[in-house]
Amino acid sequence: MLQISCPWCGPRDELEFRCGGQSHIIRPDPPEAIDDVSWGKYLSEKINPRGEHLERWQHNAGCRRWFNVARDTVTHRIRATYHMTEAAPAFSADGVAP
Amino acid sequence: MRYSAWNVFKEGLKEQRGWKPAWRSPDPQQSYDVIVIGGGGHGLATAYYLAKSFGITRVAVLEKGWIGGGNSGRNTTAIRSNYYYRASARMYEHSLKLYEGLSKELNYNVMFSQRGMISLAHSLHDLELVNRQMNAMRLNGVDAETLSPAEIGRRVPILDISPAARFPVLGGLIQKRAGTARHDAVVWGYARAADALGVDIIQNCEVTGFQRGPDGAVTGVETSRGRIASRKIGVAVAGHSSRLAEMAGFRLPITSYALQAFVSEPLKPVLDTVILSPATGVYMSQSDKGGLVIGGGLDLYPSYAQRGNMPVMSNVLGAVAAQYPSLGRVRLLRHWAGIVDVVPDSSPIIGASPVPGLFLDCAWGTGGFKAIPVGGTMLAHQLATLNPHPLAKPFSLDRFTTGALIDEAAGSGIAH
Ligand SMILES: Cc1cc2nc3c(=O)[nH]c(=O)nc-3n(C[C@H](O)[C@H](O)[C@H](O)COP(=O)(O)OP(=O)(O)OC[C@H]3O[C@@H](n4cnc5c(N)ncnc54)[C@H](O)[C@@H]3O)c2cc1C
Ligand SMILES: [Zn+2]
Repeated sequence: MLQISCPWCGPRDELEFRCGGQSHIIRPDPPEAIDDVSWGKYLSEKINPRGEHLERWQHNAGCRRWFNVARDTVTHRIRATYHMTEAAPAFSADGVAP
Repeated sequence: MRYSAWNVFKEGLKEQRGWKPAWRSPDPQQSYDVIVIGGGGHGLATAYYLAKSFGITRVAVLEKGWIGGGNSGRNTTAIRSNYYYRASARMYEHSLKLYEGLSKELNYNVMFSQRGMISLAHSLHDLELVNRQMNAMRLNGVDAETLSPAEIGRRVPILDISPAARFPVLGGLIQKRAGTARHDAVVWGYARAADALGVDIIQNCEVTGFQRGPDGAVTGVETSRGRIASRKIGVAVAGHSSRLAEMAGFRLPITSYALQAFVSEPLKPVLDTVILSPATGVYMSQSDKGGLVIGGGLDLYPSYAQRGNMPVMSNVLGAVAAQYPSLGRVRLLRHWAGIVDVVPDSSPIIGASPVPGLFLDCAWGTGGFKAIPVGGTMLAHQLATLNPHPLAKPFSLDRFTTGALIDEAAGSGIAH
């Protein structure tokens, strides 16, 4: 069972959350200038890393707000949770969020 | 040596000492006509059909661990072709037909048992879906029948079909030709048959990079056992497909998830079919050893951990206890997970990759065991002829650009 710290509600069990996949995806612009290949990539391609993944989660059985999580896909260790509009926190020397 | 009742008898007289290992363990050669990465069912079947159907025998299968150590040896072995869209129905039905002849084809008993698969309907809405599914299957030439609650009750007496059941049973769909096979036997059978035709199966050999020519085409692989040259490379690594794509410099529409499975202590025979409840996502069959083989939904966040987490486990086992009250106190023997490669439309990706010479057989997600024979057939055809197999055309990677998705998750409403 993961324990995830919602930036608004604090630490709660995994059961209250839903993962929305890769975060920080930027929609290409302007729409009329985007060709099918870039649009297809935008819609479907995933980084899908083995290691740290920056992903969106929703606290859907709580405040229902979205936020970001930096989580390792092998160990499932959560390094940081942060707001949707924030950049991912940099690694400190010991690999933990500063 | 051929496997036959006569040879078992003859060896019995000699204390079974004459059996040879079923495949060799050769050192890698410097180059091959074709390299297949991944020694699961799909990779080994590809190598077999390359040799058998196209006479291409200078083939190596490179496996980072041991063959069948990935999802092919971790799955719940349900084999069926109850899909919705024509392209999927044709492909999975082709696979089911190959399974029907596989033990003979490989001279290896894969224990394919056509015990049927029942999908339950728990609501009027489910019932409509069951009828829609039955009609779609029949239009595609696949066997399908609907069942009444009484018929389901007779076939699966341990299922609670009482009106007060937590998940009332209003009806169901059966594909009688569906069933299960022994997963290791499928892997070992293809391995032995490919080896006999001259294919080199190289275990403990992890691919760590690709070599490319000036035109960008692949010229070989870097591995934990040195460089191996080839201008045609097939990739069949399931949940690790994104990793291989990254080595080759492109991305796929794949997310890797952990899918769990459970096996109970052995019981006397209580279940002679595969039964799926779409409402709970839980499905179950009973192995020949008596263990109940239980599967459920994905752990719904990206994972390479090859182990599952508690919430899905308690959902799955809770649903089993609710639907099959007499199993409530049965103990589990084992529990594990495999890393599956899921795409937005839940259909496989077969054929060309963005890199010349590199071909894909992936995105089978939670349901590629049933597709091992057809996956191997299609990738072998692609590697041998450089053209997609007719069954594979709709499943090319560029459907994510054209938008011609084959959305089986929405279409057939089934998990595995
Ligand atoms: C719990 C569970 C239940 C399932 N139930 C069913 C079911 O009931 N019915 C069904 O049809 N399907 C089911 N599936 C799906 C099915 O198991 C897979 O789709 C199928 O086995 C994929 O076969 P494969 O040969 O492509 O991959 P795998 O069998 O996973 O083989 C890939 C191989 O590639 C190797 N590899 C990875 N990276 C490298 C590298 N860099 N170098 C060399 N080798 C590498 C791996 O070690 C692995 O052995 C289930 C899966 C799971 C996990
Ligand atoms: Zn919250």
